[in-house]
Amino acid sequence: MPVESIFPRLEALLPKVQKPIQYVGGELNSTVKDWDSADVRWALMYPDAYEVGLPNQGVAILYEILNELPGTLAERTYAVWPDLEALMRAEGVPQFTVDAHRPVRAFDVLGLSFSTELGYTNMLTALDLAGIPLVAADRGGDDPIVLAGGHAAFNPEPIADFLDAAVLGDGEQIAIAISEVIREWKAEGRPGGRDELLMRLAESGGVYVPKFYDVDYHPDGRIKRVAPNRPDVPWRVHKHTVMDLDEWPYPKKPLVPLAETVHERFSVEIFRGCTRGCRFCQAGMITRPVRERSITTIGAMVENGIKESGFNEVGLLSLSSADHSEIGEVAKGLADRYEGTNTSLSLPSTRVDAFNIDLANEFSRNGRRSGLTFAPEGGSERMRKVINKMVTEEDLIRTVTAAYSQGWRQVKLYFMCGLPTETDEDVLGIADLAKKVIQAGREATGSRDIRCTVSIGGFVPKPHTPFQWAGQADHETVDRRLKALRESLRGDKQYGRAIGYRYHDGKPSIVEGLLSRGDRRVGAVIRAVWEDGGRFDGWSEHFSYERWMAAAAKAGVDVDWYTVREREENEVLPWDHLDAGLDREWLWQDWQEAVSGGEVEDCRWTPCYDCGVCPTMGTEIQIGPTGKKLLPLTVI
Amino acid sequence: MRYAKRGRLRFTSHRDISRAVERAVRRAGIPVAYSAGFSPHPKISYAGAAPTGVASEAEYLEIGVTTPCDPQQVKRDLDESLPPGLDVLDVVEAAPGALADRLEVSEWEVRLPGADRELAEVAVEKFLAAGTVEVERLTKKGPRRFDAREAVLRLTALSAPDSQGSEGTDRTAAQVGGQSCVILRMVVRHMTPAVRPDDVLTGLRLVADFAPPVPPEVTRLAQGPLDARTGALADPLDLDRETTRGGEAGPAGEHVAG
Repeated sequence: MPVESIFPRLEALLPKVQKPIQYVGGELNSTVKDWDSADVRWALMYPDAYEVGLPNQGVAILYEILNELPGTLAERTYAVWPDLEALMRAEGVPQFTVDAHRPVRAFDVLGLSFSTELGYTNMLTALDLAGIPLVAADRGGDDPIVLAGGHAAFNPEPIADFLDAAVLGDGEQIAIAISEVIREWKAEGRPGGRDELLMRLAESGGVYVPKFYDVDYHPDGRIKRVAPNRPDVPWRVHKHTVMDLDEWPYPKKPLVPLAETVHERFSVEIFRGCTRGCRFCQAGMITRPVRERSITTIGAMVENGIKESGFNEVGLLSLSSADHSEIGEVAKGLADRYEGTNTSLSLPSTRVDAFNIDLANEFSRNGRRSGLTFAPEGGSERMRKVINKMVTEEDLIRTVTAAYSQGWRQVKLYFMCGLPTETDEDVLGIADLAKKVIQAGREATGSRDIRCTVSIGGFVPKPHTPFQWAGQADHETVDRRLKALRESLRGDKQYGRAIGYRYHDGKPSIVEGLLSRGDRRVGAVIRAVWEDGGRFDGWSEHFSYERWMAAAAKAGVDVDWYTVREREENEVLPWDHLDAGLDREWLWQDWQEAVSGGEVEDCRWTPCYDCGVCPTMGTEIQIGPTGKKLLPLTVI
Repeated sequence: MRYAKRGRLRFTSHRDISRAVERAVRRAGIPVAYSAGFSPHPKISYAGAAPTGVASEAEYLEIGVTTPCDPQQVKRDLDESLPPGLDVLDVVEAAPGALADRLEVSEWEVRLPGADRELAEVAVEKFLAAGTVEVERLTKKGPRRFDAREAVLRLTALSAPDSQGSEGTDRTAAQVGGQSCVILRMVVRHMTPAVRPDDVLTGLRLVADFAPPVPPEVTRLAQGPLDARTGALADPLDLDRETTRGGEAGPAGEHVAG
C-alpha cells in the first residue's frame, strides 16, 4: 500500500523556518522510487543538519548502492533544526525523508551513520518525531529496525538501549546482505516477528544486536563480562572490509544540493585505511588495512562525477591523501585533463612529510590557490613521538619554506592539547614552532605578508586505539594550557599579528570523552540531556556542558570515572566484544611504547608490525603502483 | 534569459539559485566567461531575484559567453541541466544596455487560502484610498519603516477555488465544498527600499485589520518596463530580440544586424 507524502503538511510550515530549501529534497541525482516497487525500504539518516549531512560520503554511497539493488529503495533524512521541530510537534508532522517526504516510521530500516558521538541526541529527536519508541525494547512489529553505522558505531554501547542493531566497518556489502535477510524474512511472512529478524541478523556474526548481549558489572563499577544471552549469537562481532575499491566506484551519481552545504565539491576516496600508526587516531586504527583505488578508476570517477554534478572542485579523500602510491601521477593527470576549465583539485589530510611542492602546484594549477593545512598534532618532538606522528621540525620548516616561496601566504597548523604525558612545555612548544614557521616564511619571501594559523582542540581518547586505556586530561588542565599558549603567541610583538589562534575549549571534549568510551549506563545521561532539550551537540551555540553534567548527576553517572580515569590492562572495556581486527595485546604494547617514547613504522613500506588486522580479517594491504597514466579526455 | 522558479523550488534563496545555475552551466557545456583574477568566477549576473519562499514566472539573468551561442540551443541545454522547478523560459542574445534598467515593475499574484473575499476587497479599497501606508519590515540592518503605498500601481482582489487542479478559475467563488481562496493581483514599481508583496499585506493589515489565516502563496507573474500609455507590462527581452535579429521580430528601426 503506498505511503502518503507528508509534503503538503510540511509545505505550510516552511515559510516560517530558516533555510527551508534544506527540507524540500529534489537534489540533482536523487532517487525517488515507487513505494510498491520495493519490498525492502531504508531510511538513511545522517544525524546532523542537512548542510553537514548531505556531503557525507558514507550515506551517499549506501543511498546509491541500495537504490541500485532490485526490490530495494533508500531515502535520506536529516536532523531538523529546532525551529522546524517545534512546528512539526505543534502540527503533528512526523520525521520525514527529503526524497519522497515519506514518514520515517513507514520504512523497514532506519540506518544512522555516526561520524561523531555528538549526534546521539539528534537521533533521539528523530526517533521521537517519527513516532518510534526511543527504547528498542519498546518497539513493535510496525517499527523500523534502528541500525547504526559509522566510526562511532565501533563503540555503540552508550546508545545500545536505543539501537536494534549496529554494523562495524565498510557498509557496502553488509547493507546489501542485511537487505536480503529482511527480504527473505518478509517473504516468509515475518516468522517470529521482530525478534527472529534480529536473531537472523545477529547469527551471521556481522551485525551486532545489543539486546542479545548481557553486561555484568563488578561492585566497583567496572565491567565483569559481556556475554551473549542466546545460544547462536557469537561472542564477538566483526567489522566489514571492502577489499577491492575498484569494484565499488561510488558515488557514480553525486548528489548536488540546492542548499548550501559544508563541502561543495565532488569527492572521491582514493584509498581507505591508514597504517601510519598515529596512536590517537581512531580512524587510522579501525579502517585497516590500506586499500588503494587505482589511478584509472580515480580518473574515471572524477570524469564521471564532474560531468554528472557540474561541481568545480574535486576532493581526493583519504586519511592521508599524499600517501597514495601514485599521487603524483594522479595529480598531474587530472590537472592536465582539466587545464583551462577552472576545475580545482583539493587534497585534504596531507602529511607534512608526504607533501611536496610539485604536488601542491599541480593541485592549484587550474583553480584557486587556497591555504595549506598540516597537522603536526603535537608541539614538541617528544610529544610527537608519544603519539607516533613522526613529523620532525625540519620536515615542517622545509615544507612551509617551499610553500611560502612558491606563493602560498597562509599555512594552517592543527594541534591537540591534553595528549597522554603532555606537559605545559609541550604545548608552549607550539608557539615556538609557529614562530619558526613565520620566520622561515619571511626569510624565504623577503615579505612580512606571511600568515600562520594555529588551530587546537582537546584530545579525546578513543576506543580501538592504543590510547583507549589513557586518562583524558581534565578540562581545567586543557583550558589552562590553551590560555598559556595564547599568551605566548600574543605576547611576542614580532610574531603576534602574523599568527592566528583558534581553539576549542576543554569542556566539550569531556562530553565527547564520556560518549566515546562510555558503556550502557551512559545511555541514561544521553536520554536525560535530550529530555532537557539537548540538540545539535556538535554546534557550540547549542551545546551545553552544564546540561550534560546535570544529566550525569541525575543519572548517577560519574563523568570523571569515564573520562580522566586511566584503565588497567585487564579491565574489560565496553567495546571488547566488538572486533575491529586489532590485536588487544598489540594495542596494549603500543600504549606502553607510547609512554616510553618508542616509535612504530608504517607497514605500507616496512614489514608488518603485527597489529593483527590482516590475519583476523582475512585482508591484506593493497597498494600500487600500477604504472598506468591518465590519458587526456577525448571529446566525442 | 527569463526563467521560472516554481513549486518546491520557491524555497530556494538567491544564493541557492546562483550555485545551481553555475553548475548547470558547467554541465550543459555552455562556454561561460570567467572573471580574471585570484579567484575566477563565472560571469553570470542576476537582476532583482524574488525572495526566498516566493515563486516566480519571471526571473532574469545574463550569462557572459566566450563564443556566440544559439539562444535556442542554450535554452534547451540549460533547462535540461537545471533541476525541475527551475525552468528556462526564454533566451535571447543580449543587446547593449542594462537589462536591470528595463525591469521597472513587477506583477505579483498572492493567493490567500481561507481568506474572506469581501474583507479583502474592503482592505484593498482602503489601501488604495490612502495617501501613504507606513509599514515596518525587519531587514538585515534592523527594523526599517517605509511607505508601501506609493509603489503600488494596481491592486485587485478576486476569488478562486483553492485547488490548483480545477481550471477556468477566475471568477466563481469557491462554494463547491472546497475552501475559499482570495487572490490578490498587484503591479508594484521597483523602488528603494523595495516594496514586496508581504509589505503590501502588512499594509492591508494596518489599514483594515485584514489578516489571512495561513501563510500566503506568492508568485511573481511578470517583470518589465511599464508602457506609460496602456499601463501594461512589456516583455523586457523584446528590445534584445529587435536589436539582435535586425528587427525581424518587431518594428524595424535603425538597427543593423551583425
